[in-house]
Amino acid sequence: MSAAVRYDEVEAGQEIPAVDYNVRRLNLVMYAGASGDFNQIHWNERFAKMVGLPDVIAHGMFTMAQAGRFVTDWAGDPGAVVDFGVRFSSMVVVPDDDQGATVTVSGVVEEKLEDKKVVIGLTARSGDARVLSKARAVVQLT
Amino acid sequence: MALNRDFVGRTYPPSAPYEVSRVKIREFAAAIGDHNPLYRDQEAAQAAGYPDVIAPPTFPIVFSLQSGGGALVDPDLGLNLAMVVHGEQRFEYTRPVHAGDRLVMTSTITDIRTAGRNELLTVKSDVRTVEGEPVCVTYNTIVERGGAG
Repeated sequence: MSAAVRYDEVEAGQEIPAVDYNVRRLNLVMYAGASGDFNQIHWNERFAKMVGLPDVIAHGMFTMAQAGRFVTDWAGDPGAVVDFGVRFSSMVVVPDDDQGATVTVSGVVEEKLEDKKVVIGLTARSGDARVLSKARAVVQLT
Repeated sequence: MALNRDFVGRTYPPSAPYEVSRVKIREFAAAIGDHNPLYRDQEAAQAAGYPDVIAPPTFPIVFSLQSGGGALVDPDLGLNLAMVVHGEQRFEYTRPVHAGDRLVMTSTITDIRTAGRNELLTVKSDVRTVEGEPVCVTYNTIVERGGAG
């Protein structure tokens, strides 16, 4: 129950280097099964286009999970994340090819709180679109 | 069609207990591509001070999807589910979810508002063990596209 990052070694304004996460159709099929969200816009191209979308789109919660992974990999201990929230501001379009889509997540230590907690501001982009906004996590450091 | 504002403040009966299993956590972690050993290795989790493997921060969506639907399908609310997209999501933790937890979720509609042509509805859910220990609070905002138009 302890993060690998020490509070005393972190400064406000410090950047956490960006990580690219690949999203292919297979990931969405697996996420549909694991989460129980079988909405067709996440796996059926014919249906997605019928309701006016450009193609199949990723589950918002899948994108949020990638941002979560970015934070927990930085913190070391996933249990150190005490608050995590996002707004879904744009969709991640996932073509049916071998490349899929890329979600790039980066972060910055926005604020040092009391009790050795820090606020991490997150940015997630796919192509030109900012896919998460108001994305932040509060992490308990040691 | 605008959503029925009378629903703001309504609290729904607690969900049936959801039993968190190691297998489900492992499946969920694999689906998000996360190989953190604390999600799959019981010994590693115990060495880190947890009773069993823990779940990723977004895992509670698994049982929210199963138990939170009741409010949204009430015809008096006037929600067109075909037009719904996910707007915002937040998890506030007292402690991480771990395998072996039996969790009960109590959901309240806390807000319904109009933003442009859309209707936004926020559900706050209090997640506790069957013994009453608080685990997390989730906030889920859905957007009904064109609902206010």
